[in-house]
Amino acid sequence: MANWHRLANPTLFLEWSRRVRPWTGVATAALLATGVYLSLFVAPRDYQQGDAVRIMFVHVPSAWMALFAYAVMAVASAAGLIWKSPLAHLTAKAAAPIGASFTLLALATGALWGQPMWGTWWVWDARLTSVLILFFLYLGYIALWQAIDDHARAAKSAAILALVGVVNIPIIKFSVDWWNTLHQPASVLRMDGPSIHSSLLTPLLVMGAAFAGYFVVVLSIRLEREVLARQVRTLRRVQSRG
Amino acid sequence: MESVSEFLEMGGYAPFVWPAFAIAAAVLTLLLAWSLRDLRRERNLLDSLPGRRSETRPAEAGDDP
Repeated sequence: MANWHRLANPTLFLEWSRRVRPWTGVATAALLATGVYLSLFVAPRDYQQGDAVRIMFVHVPSAWMALFAYAVMAVASAAGLIWKSPLAHLTAKAAAPIGASFTLLALATGALWGQPMWGTWWVWDARLTSVLILFFLYLGYIALWQAIDDHARAAKSAAILALVGVVNIPIIKFSVDWWNTLHQPASVLRMDGPSIHSSLLTPLLVMGAAFAGYFVVVLSIRLEREVLARQVRTLRRVQSRG
Repeated sequence: MESVSEFLEMGGYAPFVWPAFAIAAAVLTLLLAWSLRDLRRERNLLDSLPGRRSETRPAEAGDDP
């Protein structure tokens, strides 16, 4: 069994992260190139949506990652509070802008699909509204970190906000079942298996893997930066004491 | 075999399909670039602080052991 908990040590994390990042980067680039090729050139037109279905290959993986990034942020925040681990708090902090970006993409590409398919860019149905709230939660979380100067207090407050916001995650996931939404119910992550054809499912999953790889790469870059920033703060504190 | 212009038209959905891919490319590229820039700045800052042998860069040829 690898000493995975040793990754909670910032120096060992930096070492590990620098070793893994290039490979993840290459794999992500390859997946992304394949995914875009499949999405635009190989996947067939949908018999109802026509070529507009191609928007789904960006929209759906973005929405998956919007939720996944929040889950990472919430678990890291909980770990930070429970074990008082600075690296866990910094992981949550590093994940937030990535999650916010994917949420923004899910909303924007959803609107671009909604206009031709539904005849409207936006409706205030439960799915769209709860994802918009997710976006605001990310922004609030980021703003909270910036608003509080004391680092330990900022970490704690932001972690509590992230954990309170977790209640929104099942609401997003099940909104399409609980309420009569214009947004369709799940067609991939279903108890009885995916309900879409493999010609459309394959590009979706490849793009999903590419976005997941992107998340790992950018998270590791942002987290390394946060660890270095922490070293700078420590060093300055030591020096100011003379 | 469909022509290039037919492909670009996206069955009449070009005004929606291409912006969706363009926005995704723009947002993901900007976030990556922004994150790399911040990391580089932080490395330089840490390197510039006195009293600290840099641990911020992987060892390079010519570095002291």
